[in-house]
This record gives sequence, structure tokens and C-alpha cells, in this order.
Amino acid sequence: MIDRRAYKTRRGKSGRQINRDQSPFLLVVVPWATILLASYLQSIPIATAGPLLPPLGFLFLLAWRLLRPGVLPIWSGIVFGMCDDLFSGQPFGSAILLFSATMLVIEIIDIRFPWRGFAQDWAIAAGIAVVYIIATTLVSGSRLTLPLFASVVPQLLLSIVAYPFIAFIVSRLDRLRNMRLRTIA
Amino acid sequence: MALSGSKQRISGHSKKAQYGAFTGYVLVVLAILLGIALLTVSLVQPTTFSGLRGLFSDATQPVSRANAAGRSGGRGFIDSVQGFLEAGQQNADLKKEVEIARIRLAEAKAVEEENRRLKALLGLQTTDVKPVAVARLVGSSSSSTRRFAYLGAGRSSGVKPGMPVRSERGIVGRVLEASRSSARVLLITDSESVLPVRRAGDNTVAFAEGRGDGLINIRLINLGINPLKRGDVFVTSGAGGLYRPGIAVAIVTRLTDDGAVARIISNPAATDFVAVEPLWQPDARRGAATPIEESLGTNDTVDGGAQEPEAQ
Repeated sequence: MIDRRAYKTRRGKSGRQINRDQSPFLLVVVPWATILLASYLQSIPIATAGPLLPPLGFLFLLAWRLLRPGVLPIWSGIVFGMCDDLFSGQPFGSAILLFSATMLVIEIIDIRFPWRGFAQDWAIAAGIAVVYIIATTLVSGSRLTLPLFASVVPQLLLSIVAYPFIAFIVSRLDRLRNMRLRTIA
Repeated sequence: MALSGSKQRISGHSKKAQYGAFTGYVLVVLAILLGIALLTVSLVQPTTFSGLRGLFSDATQPVSRANAAGRSGGRGFIDSVQGFLEAGQQNADLKKEVEIARIRLAEAKAVEEENRRLKALLGLQTTDVKPVAVARLVGSSSSSTRRFAYLGAGRSSGVKPGMPVRSERGIVGRVLEASRSSARVLLITDSESVLPVRRAGDNTVAFAEGRGDGLINIRLINLGINPLKRGDVFVTSGAGGLYRPGIAVAIVTRLTDDGAVARIISNPAATDFVAVEPLWQPDARRGAATPIEESLGTNDTVDGGAQEPEAQ
């Protein structure tokens, strides 16, 4: 299918772009690698006493899915979820369930509201992130007490605030993904 | 504004596209069902996937370790910049402090002398426990409500499940799963962690239960008039045989009806290197080999545990 984007990128500043095409490797690897890497990275920067870091892997998945709808297949939640479960400290299976459910929910939102701006995307991401974090708390296997839920609030707020930054990173990565590197004869 | 995915993927009359979209929906529903099944299994039997987790945390060890080293380096840099800015005031403060410290040192010497005399009288001797391994905390579950940390040493350095992990300040947690070169540590702030403690100075015994938000609930065993005060320090009591008695655990910040809320003394965020100590009473090993999630609620124990009582 010919996209409008494809014509735009052909009008590069240098004439060298004329017979270049996107690298099929980058097209696939960039989104997959960033989400998998983010899932792993959330475990290493700091050893905190309470839950603090936003769920990075999940937010990257949201950002890729909302900004570039065609890129991730609907079943990809199972792969990302499995990777996230290995490093997040949650019981194995929780991210497989929640990531897959998220992909399905966004698909439904996509069908219902096909035209969206960034503000709507942010609102959707914020809503889903709040539900996701509360759901991870419920299935984490910890004793559910009031202080535990109170301790989740900073993480919730951070996740909502972090989404635009992550979306910005994803948009830059998307530019990398679409770089025309392959020479066509 | 870009047109969203579903509009681009309207399958129209193409049978192939229709099947593709349909397969996607089937797969995502299957994935959700698989997720529910795996989640149930891992909540009922938490050790089920420890092998898989261990494999991956072993594989990512070098990166985590490099990151942990960088982290402490970065902290040192910030400290030195801060120190430079505050040098003048600090100098004056330090001089005053040294004066006081000299006096205290003399007092401490006297106390030490007295201590030695009393201990000789009692026939006690201080045994310094040699740690099994000293390693960095290379990461933690900082986005989950469960409190786990990952340790940069594993079975190959002798780390086994159940062993207490401490920093120079106090107890950090205990080893829950050990793989070849990494281990998962249950921090004392995790809501599944319970630790027998006593108040330093007297024998007010209590349980220190994690709350999951970085604080600890101190629950007194003998109920009655709450004898605790703000600032009371709790140390391990040695009950249960897992932790050596006398290691600092928490400091009371707020009183409650049946105990207190306490802050941990050894914050994992400020901890660089930790020591893994051997079990204090190895007889308790069999019980300790069972992860805490399993010993709660059910009577099932892992591996050798189930057969051993019959052999006796």
C-alpha cells in the first residue's frame, strides 16, 4: 500500500535519497528492540524501597501502538509481556495477560475513534496506564493494604507525566526506523 | 493527525487479509487466556518459573553489573561537587564534630573495656561471621509493588535460597532464588516478608512486617500497653534461626495501636555492596529453603522438604 508518508520522505534534502528505500531490518527491529530493552531497563537503574519507576516497557508499548498503529501486530503483547515478566518482579504471566488485553483494548478504541490528536492519545495512555498499574498491584501477590495502594500513587503520576517524553523518544526512533538506507537498483 | 491503524487495515474483499485480521484476534484472545493460566500457576506455586527468570538474569548480568558500578560512580561525583560547594561551612562544622567525637571516643573505649570484662565474666565470645559472598545489588523491581532486588552473585559463589543479605548498616533481605551468577533477594519491605525482631536494649519482641511502600509494621507479640517510643531501634532477634541476632533492622517513626510503623535502617537505594551471610542456625535450613509465599497458607514444600520428615 502506498502511504502519503512515503512520498514525503522521498523529497530529501540531498539527491541521494532518490533510489533509497527503507531497510526492512530497521522497520521491524526498532520498535521491538526498544520495547524489549525498556522492559529490561526498568529493573536496573536504582534499587528503590517502594515502587517508583513508571512501567517503562509498558509505556513504550503504548507509545508505539498509539503513534504507529500498523507497526505492532495485535498478538505482540504475548512476546513483550513475557520479557517484561522476566525482569519486573511481578508473578510470571501478569504482563502477558495485561499487555495482550491492552493491545485488544487499543484495537477497539482504534475502531471506535480512528481520528485522534496527541492530547487524545495521551488521555488514552493515561487511562490505560492507571488501570494497568492498579491491576499489576492487584495480581502482584502482595498483601493488599491501604498503604500499599497509597505507595502506588507517585508511580501513577510519574507514568502519566512520562508518556509525552516517551512518545517523543518513540517519534525520534520512528524517524530512525524509516531511514532510507537500502539502495534499490 | 494520522489515520489510525484499523482504517488502514480494512480487509475488504481480500480473503487473505480477512484471515490475517481474524487470526490476529484469535491469537490475542489465546494470549490473554495463556496469561491468566500462567498467572494462576505462578501465584499458587511461585517458584515455577524461577529457572527461566534465573536464566535471563544470568544472561543480562554483565550489563547490570556495569550499570551498578556506573551508578555508584555517578553518586560519588555528585557528592564531590556538593562537598566542594559546601566546603567552608563544612570545615567549621567538622572541627566542632571532631571535638565531640574525641570525647565520645574516650567514653566508648571505657564502655568497650567494661564490655570485654563483662563478656569474659559470662564466658561469651564474639564470633564474626564470614560472609558467603560480597556483591552489588544490581537492580530491583522498581516498577512493581513487590519488593525484590537482584544480586550480582549466585550459586557459583555459594549463595543459596534463604541466606540473609545485609549491608554495613543492617538487614536488607534474604535470598529467594539463586541461579548460577545472580540471585533474587526478597527485601524486608516486601509485604510478604516477616522478620522476628526485638528492641535494642531490652527484650521487647515483635515481628517486622514489610508494607510494600518502603516502611515496616512492627507488631508486638505481647499485647498490652504499647511500650514503644519514637526513635526505638529494632534489631534481629535470631528467632527462627535465619538471621544472626543483633543486626539493625528498623527505627520507629510512628506509633500504632498494636505496635509501630518503622523506617528501614538499611535503605536498598543507598546500598552499594551487600554481604550474603550463611544461615545462622543451619538446622533451620530446610524450613528456610521454602520460599515465604509457599510457607504461608499451604503445607506444600518444595523438593526435599516433603520427604525428609518421613525419613526421620
